[in-house]
Amino acid sequence: MLIDFILIPLVKILIIVVLMLLTVSYSVYFERKISAWAQNRIGPNRVGPAGIFQPFADVFKLLFKEDIVPKVANKPLHTLAPILALFVAFTTYAVIPIGPPVEIFGKMINLAVVDVNSGVLLVLALTSLGVYAITFSGWSSGSKYSLLGGVRSSAQMISYEISMGFSVAGVLIFAESLRPSDIISSQSGWMWNAVLQPIGFLTFLTASFAETNRLPFDLPEAEPELVGGYHTEYSSMKFAGFFLAEYANMIIASAMIVMLYLGGWQVPYIETLGLSAGLQASLQIAAFFVKIGALLFFFIWVRWSIPRFRYDQLMDLGWKVMFPLSLLNLVWAAILAMIMN
Amino acid sequence: MAEKKRLKDLTVWQKAYIPEIAKGLALTLKTMFKPKFTMEYPEVKFLPPSSYRGRPVLVEEAGGEERCVACGLCARVCPALAIEVQAAETEREKERYPERFEINMLRCIFCGFCEEVCPEEAIVMSKDYEMVFNNREDAIYGKDKLLVSVSQLQDRINFLRSHK
Repeated sequence: MLIDFILIPLVKILIIVVLMLLTVSYSVYFERKISAWAQNRIGPNRVGPAGIFQPFADVFKLLFKEDIVPKVANKPLHTLAPILALFVAFTTYAVIPIGPPVEIFGKMINLAVVDVNSGVLLVLALTSLGVYAITFSGWSSGSKYSLLGGVRSSAQMISYEISMGFSVAGVLIFAESLRPSDIISSQSGWMWNAVLQPIGFLTFLTASFAETNRLPFDLPEAEPELVGGYHTEYSSMKFAGFFLAEYANMIIASAMIVMLYLGGWQVPYIETLGLSAGLQASLQIAAFFVKIGALLFFFIWVRWSIPRFRYDQLMDLGWKVMFPLSLLNLVWAAILAMIMN
Repeated sequence: MAEKKRLKDLTVWQKAYIPEIAKGLALTLKTMFKPKFTMEYPEVKFLPPSSYRGRPVLVEEAGGEERCVACGLCARVCPALAIEVQAAETEREKERYPERFEINMLRCIFCGFCEEVCPEEAIVMSKDYEMVFNNREDAIYGKDKLLVSVSQLQDRINFLRSHK
């Protein structure tokens, strides 16, 4: 009883949080490296061999910086915003399974912290809470640039959440469940949702770029025009909070895409190879991380290739292109499901 | 006049946006694997060509004495007034030598006029570009720092002769 309900979840949480923090710091490192490669540069290579300790140097630098709060800022909200951003980014990961259920010491252990029956809904709900973090920070900073960033962010997130929701609906038609493990097992073999519903995959991918405020949708930050947008007035660890939350959100988005469209931890037809259970499970866990890594690379790659949208283009794309496309995908998914049953 | 085709007039293919994005992504991916030209400075040092105008130095003959005859032309021509020469007499053949020769490296603009005007080929621009000092006093280079043996400067002297 005690082991099942307290110890195992605690261990899982610990593993997930450590994994998350490491992935976040190394995605910052790879962001800098890949941007350098894309621009014919070398990138950070001073701290440790090939600069691999750069993320820790960055974090320590930020820790030792002075924490400045503007005089006109709303202090409680100003402090709450980065905490909220981090909280949302890290909680979401609880429902995403990183592998098949495995047997350790005679116990079946599910490789998600919790396997809730409304997992997808929980993720969508929590990521929408992320808007509050950005809007709060924009509004409480007492700076016009921050405010503009916050307003833009809320408008953008609301617009793209709709097409995101409709794209997910297409997946749910096939899975007939909101439980992440069911969604993954519904994509066995070649039947990945990315293959079955390419339009939905595309709209979800684009919407997740918008939701994570990554370029080409980084209007809330927009360095050249808004001098950093919602985190203009943040410094020290509060800034680091937003910074880490952005990368944590990227990981969440990648994990969601993998879970919903790329078959989760599944490797097509691995069962036919006749491997031992342990080897198969570890291969599947590795496959999950490889998929997430590939998507993170894609996120970074896109950032250093495509220029930012103008605000009207952003809204046009969100409402006039993405929304109808995701509806189209929903119809397509429904027809497909009818034929296949 | 023929109708000018504007950049704004995109084809349907371009308006579809995704193929254009794919093109852009392909370009950046190609760039990622191109060789890098960055010189990792403290480990790899830049070797300037002989036409490079680095720190001006005084030529030191093989015997250990300077070529300079303290005519003061360099100090006269220096647009930044960085050079100060104080002449003195000597028993040697050239009769005059600089008792004090100072270049204020904070004033020097590396124009190379001193080198051009020097009748004795006694002051030349070296390839040295690493000049560090912590205060203004240290920035005034005296004879101890300025004298560089002729063997090290042969490259520049040959360059000057071939371009006269």
